[in-house]
Amino acid sequence: MFATITELFAAPWVMTLLKVVAVFAVVMPMVAYSVVAERRISAWIQDRVGPNRVGIPFTNIKLLGLGQPLADGLKSFVKEDFTPAHVRKVFYWMAPAVAMVPSFVVLAVLPFGSMLGKQKMVIADLDVGILFTFGIVSLGVYGVVLAGYASNSKYPFLGGIRSSAQMISYEIAMGMAVVPVFMLVGDLNLGAVIDYQASGAWLVFKQPLAFAIFLIAIFAETNRLPFDLPESETELVAGYNTEYSSMRFALFFMGEYAAMIAGSALMVVLFFGGWTLPFGDFFNTPAQSSIGKGLVHIGVFIAKIAMFLGLMIWIRWMLPRFRYDQLMNIGWKRFLPASLANIILTAIVLWVLHS
Amino acid sequence: MKVDRTELTWWERLYLPTLLNGFKVTLRHFFSWKRSGVYGDKQKGYAAKTTMQYPEEKWDVPTGYRGAPYLVKDADTKTKCVSCQLCEFVCPPRAIRITPPGDSGVVDREGAEKMPKEFEIDMLRCIYCGFCQEVCPEEAIFLLEDYAITGENREELIYDMEKLLALGGADKRAYDHHVQDGVGEGIKKWETKTREAGEQAKFH
Repeated sequence: MFATITELFAAPWVMTLLKVVAVFAVVMPMVAYSVVAERRISAWIQDRVGPNRVGIPFTNIKLLGLGQPLADGLKSFVKEDFTPAHVRKVFYWMAPAVAMVPSFVVLAVLPFGSMLGKQKMVIADLDVGILFTFGIVSLGVYGVVLAGYASNSKYPFLGGIRSSAQMISYEIAMGMAVVPVFMLVGDLNLGAVIDYQASGAWLVFKQPLAFAIFLIAIFAETNRLPFDLPESETELVAGYNTEYSSMRFALFFMGEYAAMIAGSALMVVLFFGGWTLPFGDFFNTPAQSSIGKGLVHIGVFIAKIAMFLGLMIWIRWMLPRFRYDQLMNIGWKRFLPASLANIILTAIVLWVLHS
Repeated sequence: MKVDRTELTWWERLYLPTLLNGFKVTLRHFFSWKRSGVYGDKQKGYAAKTTMQYPEEKWDVPTGYRGAPYLVKDADTKTKCVSCQLCEFVCPPRAIRITPPGDSGVVDREGAEKMPKEFEIDMLRCIYCGFCQEVCPEEAIFLLEDYAITGENREELIYDMEKLLALGGADKRAYDHHVQDGVGEGIKKWETKTREAGEQAKFH
């Protein structure tokens, strides 16, 4: 089919496939290690030690517990995958996948680097990137709702109900919050957002309110602690994943962390300049031929994501959960008007500047 | 009762002060390698959080702790047990099995009529109640400090006499562990009981 290797690599789908594999190969360990980070950081904040035993298998090298994902993964696979008799089986089996897939699909449109060789470091360079992102992110709720419904048991059901209401209300505030960003940029392509920030200041400085609302909405979207009402283990046992065990539960878990990564990546792209850094041309211009430069850009992007993950973990062990009516109040009565006001304000400023 | 809620100021209702406080508190604990340390105080130089890292660090077994029951030897390292089987009878979960010597008459110390041919304790059945120690007239069995009894199969956890004696060691260890009420040297159960009975009489 292909005469030479060169011809093979010239085919666009081959490069896309490679990028998909590469993104997976980076994101899956990130998911695993953000779980470890979560456990260690929570432990340190609570004056505990956290998992520090598992190192390289079959040796005594402990490596500060960095082998923990291996043990956790193995445990998830080996545990009994119990399906309770009262569940709606098809939906019950479907829900973990539905919960996990959207978070990974979001990564498809995010530009995670400038260039590597001749390839743009984005899997799908969509012109409607942000619309796609929001469309997919809102699918994430279906996994949770489906799990709640399929479990056919009261706590998961309550979790699912809460989730649907919470996610939908915060989705609106989140969507509204980023509108000013695109009013400034004038393009829905996420790559264009980064280019805009590379040539000027990061958007977090131009749109701090939008960023604040977006950040908090991301917390709500990913079910992280101040807004973890779907799961709220002190009230609902474990919420939507009460009836799940072993690998199915692990899928929910991975989905949550993948959603955190996707959310962080989205924040980095929209407000923190993506792969750029405001230190001279090296960090702000796309790498045309230099592979090393391209890799540095990817590294910068991942480092920024890691910072946001750290923040999300930190916040989780800092804030108590909101009450449900407070959550709704904040979403509808504070953030929605605030983001609308922000849109109008930005529009006025732009109108004044351009007229 | 009506509890009046404090009116929050505009600044407080922004959540920001509490948020900042939260950051402060969590950061303080995050970096508290040395300061907190329930166990850190005990072991100098060990930078501890409240966690006790078990197999490496162990807690101090308190006096009178009821760990695994072992047989002890007397000062001449002779078996103290005389195979009276009281412990076997009193044992609620029936963890102890003593095989009496029968007619063999083998003893390894003076003043003993007999000694058990075999003495087995099933550590999986033992509930650490201490009845055996209490009932033993010879002070031959004691619940010592061992609490982590592990094995790879059930057979391994049935301790025979040889093992029990080896683990129990000379009875000095048992005395040290069970020093109580000013009876430092030996427990001398009979004396304690007499004294206790006397005290009871005074009480009435």
